Amino acid sequence: MDWLNAVLQGLLLGGLYALLAAGLSLMFGVMRIVNLAHGVLAVVAAYMGYFLVHNFHINAFLTLIVVIPVMAGIGWVLQMGLFNPSLKSGGLAPILVAFGIAVVITNLLQAFFTADTRSIDAGMLGVQSIQVTDTIYIGVFPLITFVVGVLVIAGLQVYLNRTRDGLAMRAASDDKDAAQLMGIDNRRIYAKATALAIGIVGIAGVFLGIRTQFSPTYGDATLIFAFEAVIIGGLGSLWGTLIGGIVLGVAQTVGAQINPSYGVLFGNLVFLAILAFRPTGLLQKAVNS
Amino acid sequence: MSAPATVGPVKVRRATKSSWIGLAVIVPILIVLALGPYIISRGLQQNLVILFSLIVLGTMWNLLAGYGGMVSIGQQAYIGIGAYGLVYIADSLGIDPFLAVPVAVIIAGLLSLPISFLAFRLSGGYFAIGTWVIAEVVRLITMQIDAVGGGAGLTLTALNVLSPGRRIAYVYWLSLAAVVIAVLVTYLIMRSRLGLGFTAIRDDATAAGSLGVRVTSSKRIVYLVSSMGCALAGSMIAANTLHITPESVYSVQYSAFMIFIVVIGGMGTIEGPIIGAIVFYALQQWLSDYGVWYLVILGVLAIVVVLLAPRGLWGLLSLNGRIKLFPVGYRLVNPLERFAVVKTKEPAA
Repeated sequence: MDWLNAVLQGLLLGGLYALLAAGLSLMFGVMRIVNLAHGVLAVVAAYMGYFLVHNFHINAFLTLIVVIPVMAGIGWVLQMGLFNPSLKSGGLAPILVAFGIAVVITNLLQAFFTADTRSIDAGMLGVQSIQVTDTIYIGVFPLITFVVGVLVIAGLQVYLNRTRDGLAMRAASDDKDAAQLMGIDNRRIYAKATALAIGIVGIAGVFLGIRTQFSPTYGDATLIFAFEAVIIGGLGSLWGTLIGGIVLGVAQTVGAQINPSYGVLFGNLVFLAILAFRPTGLLQKAVNS
Repeated sequence: MSAPATVGPVKVRRATKSSWIGLAVIVPILIVLALGPYIISRGLQQNLVILFSLIVLGTMWNLLAGYGGMVSIGQQAYIGIGAYGLVYIADSLGIDPFLAVPVAVIIAGLLSLPISFLAFRLSGGYFAIGTWVIAEVVRLITMQIDAVGGGAGLTLTALNVLSPGRRIAYVYWLSLAAVVIAVLVTYLIMRSRLGLGFTAIRDDATAAGSLGVRVTSSKRIVYLVSSMGCALAGSMIAANTLHITPESVYSVQYSAFMIFIVVIGGMGTIEGPIIGAIVFYALQQWLSDYGVWYLVILGVLAIVVVLLAPRGLWGLLSLNGRIKLFPVGYRLVNPLERFAVVKTKEPAA
């Protein structure tokens, strides 16, 4: 029963990883930018949530009303101010700029919030659970996270397939010069994509802060988990990212069931196994350029 | 361009006037540095070992990214393997520490080959994070091995047979030798056919491949050399600090340092990482009272350099590459037209 429980908890954890990974996947899909600052931006959102709950006693979930738009704004500014110029420079510039941003933000957080670990208090909702059988309980909060993760992925899919901006993003992704010729302003469409991606990171960050203890350097692990979910699922597939998140979550909880210190290592090893034996990921897009 | 009426026998030259001047400057500096243990204090020698290890790390990261086009944030895997290799081989196996260093470096090289097959499945930014995951796996596995002290780490005791003065001097010479080896190996690689191939890959990977440049195997060779160089730096760090833990030697901070050194100094040049390491070290000392702010400043500086001065400090100092201390390019010299110096491909970004 312990094992079944571990798998179930891992599955729910996968929802959080999918939520974290969705933005990374989106930015890579549209702009081929691997945002190395992705993890630390999630931690920024967690600190924002913590700050609001701690100082204004707002319900943890209501902080999203503030956090999402602020994070989206940060995404917009980063894209317009730094990523767009770096794309113009070409070569390794986008990766290096993203890395620089990650280091700067991590250390700014360290300077303002110290290295102490913190956690967002979500009240009763953070600790309540539903009893399924005698030995299996499902936490209400992990369940909410999972459902939100699935909804965000589905919503993003609809957005990319149905809306004008979504189609423009896909067009710019397929051929940025042709998209420009068709009247799409790539710089603005990129900024919208990044704002969307970092807005989603805002949700993921607050959920992360409720679920676990975090500190300024927690962004490193967060980036790695999000990246592993993307690669396990297969580049370019949002549903794949969800599957990847679930596989990673289950690998971690099952590993931790064997030995508490094996959790992260197990997740990494599953990732490396996928890389070795199925490098296109579990759900690679059927047609790949 | 009008061809000259008479074309004399065309010569290919590699050395330039600046490279001869460079040699005339570098050799005396090296001689003075080699006399270091007779001139300077032990504390200064230990600080210089830190600087030397930064130069080696920067040079190796530049080989990987500046020439090979591979941004890695996982080279700390090899720093750790070099550090643990030295301590374990010297202390637990009882081999002479100065022999243990090359053995540890070779082990790191042997490990880097199978690892490269995994890492090379990814490219660009995903290669970067992938190498980081691999480094994390190596760290987590190291922590599980009781023979190397698990999470508590190891203390190097094999050097205790030497008096402190001698120990510090030997480590100093070892590190100076490591700098010379790292720079010389990079220089020889970039002067060779392999280096020419990298220039072609940088300009157009597909075209280079179609002309017979073996893109993947060239990258693998550079990955191997860079990993061995990082292991060498790792063993220097272990010999200098004498105590190592998984948290310290596998720290991703080393990758941040390497990136800052190379980006600020000038990517894709041999001189850049050396200048970058000196500037980085000076900033680190100067800003050490400001805690985490020095990394904020370095991060901002790196972003500014990438966007506004992509050739880095050396690019500014060398007047956009006109001055070269290490002649790795080719120049055609037509003896009849002394001023018609045709510049050809140069392995500089």
